[in-house]
Amino acid sequence: MTATTVTAPLTPARRLGPTAGLRHTLTLAWRSLVQIKHNPMELLDLSIQPVMFVLLFTYVFGGAISGSPGDYLTFALPGIIVQNAFFATMTTGFGLNNDLTKGVFDRLRALPIARWAPLAGRILADTVKQAWSVSLLVGVGMILGFRLENGLLGLLGAFALLLAFSLAASWISVLVGVLVNEPEKVQIFGFMVIFPLTFTSNAFVPTETMPGWLQSWVEVNPVTILADALRGLLVGGPVAAPVVQSLLWAGVLAAIFAPLAVRGLRRRV
Amino acid sequence: MEHAIRAEGLVRRFGDTTALAGVDLAVPTGTVFGLLGPNGAGKTTAVRVLSTLLRADEGHATVGGFDVVRDAHRVRQLIGLTGQYASVDETLTGFENLLLIGRLLGLGRADAKARARQLLADFHLSDAADRAAKTYSGGMRRRLDLAASLVGRPQVLFLDEPTTGLDPRSRNELWDIVRNLVSDGVTVLLTTQYLEEADQLASEIAVVDHGRVIAQGTPEELKTRTGGQTLAVRPADADDLPTVVAIAAEVAGATPEVVQTTVTVPVNAPGVLPAVVRRLEAAEIPVAELALRGASLDEVFLSLTGHRAETDAPAGADLEGSVA
Ligand SMILES: Nc1ncnc2c1ncn2[C@@H]1O[C@H](COP(=O)(O)OP(=O)(O)OP(=O)(O)O)[C@@H](O)[C@H]1O
Ligand SMILES: [Mg+2]
Repeated sequence: MTATTVTAPLTPARRLGPTAGLRHTLTLAWRSLVQIKHNPMELLDLSIQPVMFVLLFTYVFGGAISGSPGDYLTFALPGIIVQNAFFATMTTGFGLNNDLTKGVFDRLRALPIARWAPLAGRILADTVKQAWSVSLLVGVGMILGFRLENGLLGLLGAFALLLAFSLAASWISVLVGVLVNEPEKVQIFGFMVIFPLTFTSNAFVPTETMPGWLQSWVEVNPVTILADALRGLLVGGPVAAPVVQSLLWAGVLAAIFAPLAVRGLRRRV
Repeated sequence: MEHAIRAEGLVRRFGDTTALAGVDLAVPTGTVFGLLGPNGAGKTTAVRVLSTLLRADEGHATVGGFDVVRDAHRVRQLIGLTGQYASVDETLTGFENLLLIGRLLGLGRADAKARARQLLADFHLSDAADRAAKTYSGGMRRRLDLAASLVGRPQVLFLDEPTTGLDPRSRNELWDIVRNLVSDGVTVLLTTQYLEEADQLASEIAVVDHGRVIAQGTPEELKTRTGGQTLAVRPADADDLPTVVAIAAEVAGATPEVVQTTVTVPVNAPGVLPAVVRRLEAAEIPVAELALRGASLDEVFLSLTGHRAETDAPAGADLEGSVA
């Protein structure tokens, strides 16, 4: 049987070459993305759901909240993008937990690859998915009449900010993925935390219309801040303050959750 | 290198549980070593320590001469691991699973593809190559899992209960694969709860229980260690069973066991066989089978641990019981 010939290196290398980890990360990102090919549901999740949200919000709530669907779209699309980004980060924890519970993570850890590559590969793939759904949201929004007032530069800035923030927020998802014992629980967590979090913000409804006690939370909610930053970058208005605050939030989230997640992962495996 | 795997004084605790309580192992290069033990004995923990997935609290181990902690990266280049539970990516096809491993191991795209195709063919999975692994049967998944651990042509292969859940045919196929690997010079450490499996494949067996190696040797050594032999009598008519049990008990001076319609009893004294034959003749009991054989590993396990090893035949186990 030819498959079994032993030709593993007789003098294995002591450590990895400098670019090897990057190559492993790309390969593992490929793995996460090629999964979509076999699981069309995931593509639906990534595509239909954001588009549906835009359509529903614009035409159902638009008239009531902003007087017309067009005006509402200008206000709400950045908010919808933020909500979508938060939900999208949950796929990282879901996939990671799946790998942990199914033993795939162990198989990867027994290979001579960079220790951080399995996680980095997953996050990279999820960033690509994130970019896809944001593009879709902006594209559909523009078909429905959304105007980019700050041109391409504003759009790229919004993209970069959103991806940076998602990267930081995905550590929460990684932590949840490490702590729970089945992937579905990541989804339940996502639903229970992200829904209230994104709705108690100015993502969909102007802050002034809410009761006073709620307003004080809405104003510090990172969803509000990120939505404001995207509004500034995409349709005009203040940019510097919300962008800086968003980055601060991202820094805080990463500083708290990245170490916790990494520690949790070390313990679990 | 004389020993592909060496372990000294491995201890690993999980909270209050001591999964490994000081395990020493020495596996000669190019052999199959069987780690035999019941549920919770510590087999998986031992494999995980040796395959760099888990750190021992105490003791140390080398694989291929490299320390599994300090030189983990080198060890990982030498080993293949098939865990107790199939660990393939279910959403990928069989081909993609193997391609992924090949690419991660640094094979070029074309080489990785060729390697994947070849392994799929070797493991009779070519027809299912482009189907998602989640559509595979348990046996197919196991084979894919094993193929995945061979992509890198490992020198040392860890197989944690590789045949659990396989039908007899798939099990025999897997045994053949292991024999082939060994004839190519691979060292295999295999854990199993199946005594027959260890007997079939391993040139050396360590019996583990409660995190300790309680006996070690070749299958033959272990069998002779229990000293005696086993007398087996199967009456042609099951109605005669009680009489046969009584005769066996009297002649051997021990409590016989009945498995289905065969009565077995450990014997030490010479001359037992003729005595039994005479007594059966006198009682006019027609005998379908009468044999004196070396102790099976099952009996070895019983005499070493005081309890039976788990067996793969729950249906048969129900019928099993000592008649006393
Ligand atoms: N991650 C863990 N956390 C807590 N306890 C564990 C862990 N892993 C193993 N154990 C415990 O350690 C002991 C040995 O477990 P191990 O999985 O090594 O046994 P095993 O021989 O492989 O059993 P089986 O035949 O059931 O696979 C068991 O009591 C088990 O409950
Ligand atoms: Mg086990």
